[in-house]
Amino acid sequence: MAHDPKLLDHALRLGDDSLILGQRLSEWCGHAPMLEVDLALANIGLDLIGQATHFLKLAGEVEGKGRDTDALAFRRDVLDFKNCLLVEQPNGDFAQTIARQFLFSNWQELLFHELCAAPEPRLVAIAQKAVKEVAYHARYANEWVVRLGDGTEESRARMIAGLDWMWRFVDELFDADGGTPSLRGEWDARIAATLGEAKLETPKARRGVKGGRAGHHSEHLGHLLTEMQFLQRAYPDAVW
Amino acid sequence: MLAEQSLKDRVLEILSHVPDPEIPCVSVVDLGIVRDVRGDAVVITPTYTGCPATVAIEADIRTALDRAGFAAMKIETTLSPPWTTDWISAEGCEKLRAYGIAPPVKTAPECPRCGSTHTEEISRFGSTPCKSLHRCLDCREPFDRFKCH
Repeated sequence: MAHDPKLLDHALRLGDDSLILGQRLSEWCGHAPMLEVDLALANIGLDLIGQATHFLKLAGEVEGKGRDTDALAFRRDVLDFKNCLLVEQPNGDFAQTIARQFLFSNWQELLFHELCAAPEPRLVAIAQKAVKEVAYHARYANEWVVRLGDGTEESRARMIAGLDWMWRFVDELFDADGGTPSLRGEWDARIAATLGEAKLETPKARRGVKGGRAGHHSEHLGHLLTEMQFLQRAYPDAVW
Repeated sequence: MLAEQSLKDRVLEILSHVPDPEIPCVSVVDLGIVRDVRGDAVVITPTYTGCPATVAIEADIRTALDRAGFAAMKIETTLSPPWTTDWISAEGCEKLRAYGIAPPVKTAPECPRCGSTHTEEISRFGSTPCKSLHRCLDCREPFDRFKCH
């Protein structure tokens, strides 16, 4: 297959976003505030890791160097990851995790709808399959933002703090360089609608942080990778 | 050499005895996972993108084909068109209900134990990606529902 660097980069960005957020959510497994939440976060994480498997497989095929999904997930170092900074941010408390999911899933749902009409048929196939699942993720996060935001004084304060932590990573999603500027308007409207229902204010605009798409990550990603990649680093090519 | 149609029927018959690893009351054919049988390949599609049973399903199909003398037959995976619960056969839906899982109908879920439609959703995410968790407000029993997807 002819090497297509743009498609390779695109598939890596999509795959890395899903992989890293899926790994983050898996950290909740067995620790969530209640059983239903544990199930939900693990299920969402699984969906994301499933997406990552398909995107990274495509990336490996496009690259043509014989790297499969596992090689791309477990044998790349932090500078080679192309995920946005939002997905690598730490879970914090439950409200901070929900804030991250709320911002990300609403964006990913719009993104996948757009990808369903992309010129590359392999991206279309993945997006068409995943978009139905992502709609669940967005709805789940939206419902929790309302429940926490319009809940008790404590839950409201935590939701505000969670959004405040994550908000500086929003601009990167819509950056002209490697992002999706055309989706900003619709995303803003969706976010504002849910925040309104939650009786929360949209966090004030502030200078966004970016760099993930170019491999410049926060210190959190390296720590995440040490755990995720440990087995393949310690025992290369180990199989079940 | 079997003719194409009788080969297809034969392979589908074999696969109709391969149970889903998570919900063993239904087969991979009932669930619509087997999309096509061609001369040299069985075409399958995953249900949910991240369903961990996908690998087990492929391995089980491989074993069933090998045992029945179809070792040369390949297994191909396709994502498009995406799987939908509309592909679960009527027989599959009936088997789900008998097993205690409400089948994926667009109307209000029916309690698989007492048949009441007076039910509520407890959690949209259940014990597997394809199921949600409900409670019957009449007989008070909790039950799984195969999500419409």
